[in-house]
Amino acid sequence: MNQQKPMIELRQIRKSYGSHEVLKGIDLVVPRGKIVSIIGPSGSGKSTLLRSINMLEETSSGEIWLDGQQVNRPLKGRVFEKHINHIRQEMGMVFQQFNLFPHLTVLQNIMIGPMRLKGLTKTAARDRANALLAKVGLADKGQAYPARLSGGQKQRVAIARALAMQPKVMLFDEATSALDPELVEEVNQVMKQLVSEHMTMLIVTHEMRFAAEVSDHVLFMDGGVVVEQGDPRQILSNPIEERTRVFLRKHLSN
Amino acid sequence: MDFQLMGQILPFMAEASLLTVSLTVYSLVIGLFVAMIVAMGRFSSVKPIRWVATAYVSIMRGTPLLVQLFIIFFGGPQFGLDLKPFSAGVLTMGLNIGAYMSEGIKGSIIAVDKGQTEASRSLGFGRFDTMRLFIFPQAAALMIRSLGVNTVILAKSTALVSTIGVVELTYSAQRFVTSTYKPFEVFAVAGAAYIVIVGAILLTVRGLEHLFDAHRKAAA
Repeated sequence: MNQQKPMIELRQIRKSYGSHEVLKGIDLVVPRGKIVSIIGPSGSGKSTLLRSINMLEETSSGEIWLDGQQVNRPLKGRVFEKHINHIRQEMGMVFQQFNLFPHLTVLQNIMIGPMRLKGLTKTAARDRANALLAKVGLADKGQAYPARLSGGQKQRVAIARALAMQPKVMLFDEATSALDPELVEEVNQVMKQLVSEHMTMLIVTHEMRFAAEVSDHVLFMDGGVVVEQGDPRQILSNPIEERTRVFLRKHLSN
Repeated sequence: MDFQLMGQILPFMAEASLLTVSLTVYSLVIGLFVAMIVAMGRFSSVKPIRWVATAYVSIMRGTPLLVQLFIIFFGGPQFGLDLKPFSAGVLTMGLNIGAYMSEGIKGSIIAVDKGQTEASRSLGFGRFDTMRLFIFPQAAALMIRSLGVNTVILAKSTALVSTIGVVELTYSAQRFVTSTYKPFEVFAVAGAAYIVIVGAILLTVRGLEHLFDAHRKAAA
C-alpha cells in the first residue's frame, strides 16, 4: 500500500439543505498517522463535514476517499448498503452524546461489533473488549450498564467501542463538548494516548488548547468554508485571517 | 333480578368465554405479526412499500370492523376465500388490530434516540441489524402499554363475530335471552365475563411492564 496516499481525502464537498448551502466546496486531507483538527463557531459546518465522511450525512457533490477507496461511490440500493457498511467498519466514530447502547452492558457494547460484523468468537471479542477497557482505564466496569457511568466514563467506553472494530481512522465529533469540565481531561488523556500510538484522527472540537497540543494540522471553518488552515501554533497564535482572529479572541479568552 | 338464573347460566357463559379468549389470542397473534410487518413497512427505504403500509393503516382504521368482517366472511367466497365463521373472525380482527398496533410500534420506534441509529450505523451495522439489535429492544419497553390497550379493545370487539354465527360470549348470551326472556341478568353476566377477561389482560400488561422496569432498574 502506498504510504503517500492520504488516509482521508475530501474533494470539493458540498452540501445543501434546500437553498441553504452548509458546505461550500471543502477540500481536506488527513495523512496516514496524522492528527487533524477542525475548529470553528457553531453552525460553521464542521460537524456536518465530519459526519459526511462516513456518510451519516449525505453530501450534494464532491468526492470522499478513505485509504484509496472512494466512500461515496455512485452505487444504489443493496450494493451501496453493503459498500458503506464495510467502509464504516474502517472508520471509528465518537459522538458528542456518547450514544452507548443502554440495554447492553459496557462489555456487550464493545463486543457486539467485532462479534457480529467481524466474526470474532465471543472469547476473542471479550478479550479484545477487556484489553480496550483496561486501556481507557475502566477495567472494572465491564459488567456495568451505561446508565451507571459518568459522562467521562461513557465517552471512554464509546472510544473503546469504536476501537474494537480496529478502524483505520478515528473521527471525533465534539467528543468532550457534553462533558462537565472536570471530566474533560480523562477523555483527552485517552485521545492523547491514541495520538502517541499514531492513530489517524480527525477531530472536531471546541477546545482550542487541546487542538493546538495534539494536532499536526488545524483547519478553521466558518460559514461552510475553510477560512484558514495550517500549523496549529501558527493558526492559534498568529492567524492571518480576520475571521479567525475574531473567533479565537472570543474562545481563547474564556 | 333473578340471581338464581344468573347462577345457572354462569357455567355456560364461562365456557362461552373460552371461545372469546381463543378468538382474542389467535387474533392477537395475527395482529402482532401484521403490526410488525406494517410498522417495518412504514420505515422502509422503498417508497411504494411505505405507501402501501400507510394506505393499509388508513383503510383498516377508516372503516368499521363490522364492515371488514362482512367483506371477508360474506364477500370472501366471491374470490374463493371461503372461511368458517371462527377463522373469518380471527383473520379480520387480526388484520384490523394489526393496523392499530402498528401505530403504537411505529411511535415507540420513533421515540428511541436517533443517536442509537447513528452509533449502530457508524460501526457498520446495516439497517435491519440496527433495528433488530438496538432500536427494537429499546422500543419494546415503550410499546407494551399501547399494545395492551389495543389488546383490550380487541377482546371486546370479539363480540362482533356473534353476528356471523360464532357462539362466543355475546352470542351465547343472546341465545339465553331467547329462552329465558331475562336480558338484563343474562347480559350482566356476559358483561362480568368481559371484565374478567379484560382484567386478566391488564394484569399481564402490568406484569410485563414490571419485568421491563426491573430490567431498566438493573440497568440504571
